[in-house]
Amino acid sequence: MEQVLLSLICGIFIGATAGYLGTLMLSKRMALVAGPLGHLALPGIALALIYGFDISLGAFPFVILGITLIWLFEIRTKLPMEALAAIVFASGVAIAFLFLPIEQAERALVGDITRVSFKETIFTAILCLLICSILKKIYPQIVLINISEDLAKAEKIDVKKYNFLYLGAIGLIVALGVKVVGGLLTAALVAIPASTSRNLSRNLFQYSFWAVFFGAISVVFGILFFRLTNLPAGPLIILMSALFFLISLIFKR
Amino acid sequence: MKENIILKVKNLSVELQGEKILQNLSFEVREGEVLTILGPNGAGKTVLLKTLLGIFPYKGEIIWRKGVKIGYVPQRLPFIKNVPMTIEDFFRLKDIPEKDIRNILKEIGLVESSKKEIGKLSSGQFQRTLIGWALAKNPQVLLFDEPVTGIDIKGERTVYSLLDKLRKERNLTILLVTHDLSVIYKFSDFVICLNKVSVCQGKPKEILTPQSLQKLYGQEVKFYQHIH
Repeated sequence: MEQVLLSLICGIFIGATAGYLGTLMLSKRMALVAGPLGHLALPGIALALIYGFDISLGAFPFVILGITLIWLFEIRTKLPMEALAAIVFASGVAIAFLFLPIEQAERALVGDITRVSFKETIFTAILCLLICSILKKIYPQIVLINISEDLAKAEKIDVKKYNFLYLGAIGLIVALGVKVVGGLLTAALVAIPASTSRNLSRNLFQYSFWAVFFGAISVVFGILFFRLTNLPAGPLIILMSALFFLISLIFKR
Repeated sequence: MKENIILKVKNLSVELQGEKILQNLSFEVREGEVLTILGPNGAGKTVLLKTLLGIFPYKGEIIWRKGVKIGYVPQRLPFIKNVPMTIEDFFRLKDIPEKDIRNILKEIGLVESSKKEIGKLSSGQFQRTLIGWALAKNPQVLLFDEPVTGIDIKGERTVYSLLDKLRKERNLTILLVTHDLSVIYKFSDFVICLNKVSVCQGKPKEILTPQSLQKLYGQEVKFYQHIH
């Protein structure tokens, strides 16, 4: 029973924070970038599984490496962001499969929130609160930058500084997200609750509120269904999230 | 700098990705003046405004009067519809007190629509929102980049009468990009015809002759001089 509680707490914090961040990523059509970053985290996850340390700790440096690479490629080439992300993402998967122990593959690919420890849960909760407070602080500026960098610059907003903080938050969420839904499904953790919320919201407050809400309850229902069916929790969480999205289409304004 | 001059531009050249966009442009803007920048598509009008805002690198001199605040109305904001946002939300992105938001909404006549979604505004309402947003921090100068298409005639008329009203009330200096020659006649004190270089400069009635317009646009432009 206690294990379920830990999984729930850990998952709710990550799901809610990912939903909140998703509202910013959706507005810049960046939601899918979280996908490649999750994939790129796979070598890090593989290392963590082999040497028995925290998956998120393994993932984080690789995610940061991925963000830096995508950012550098974008400056160096004129290829669209998606193409660059695809290159980075395929390489991540390829490297991971060179040494990922096959019996651990499922955990790496679709996550496993059902085994988190007490220490991990506390650490995750604190980190999520920190990310949320940073996001709340930079939210207006990032929305403005997403709408138009020129307008933000005309407002004397330091675009580079805010983008750096924003990308840092994305990196942290992806690293935490792989714990819940693995390297393959992190994009969904960020993108789906925000999309659901977009269907229902008419102002910025509702937009963040519903994204946080659906981010959290998808995890709750996912874990409950895992208890009932014993199917892997990560995919169940994402499927719940997708189900809420489908329902939101009925109420779409 | 002479007393009532608010902006001085000297030998301004802008090169973006190896392409020369503006060359050797010089002009002065006095306080309270409406300066119009006229020119064909690709002439560098928007680039000029953005350069004056400090967004693009340049060669030459751009000297704003010390401490001057600038508001900017961009030509278009295509990504704004990706975010569910009311007019009020949009103004809250600026760091200003709620009271000031109320006041500016009153000035642009959108108090009743303040909870309306930006994506659902008419093009005229959207333009007014952008103007109000640019003026929310009480700048002395407004840079206004007119949308190429999209505003209906009626909406356009209200946008320009609003600009005129705000200009008088706030003693604004306005730098305006427009394609509408009648707007220039009614509204503008000084015109720069731009096609990468300055083709002509001067008061509207002296400058906007069929000959100079032909030189600017490279073909015959039919227009009627408004006599009021």
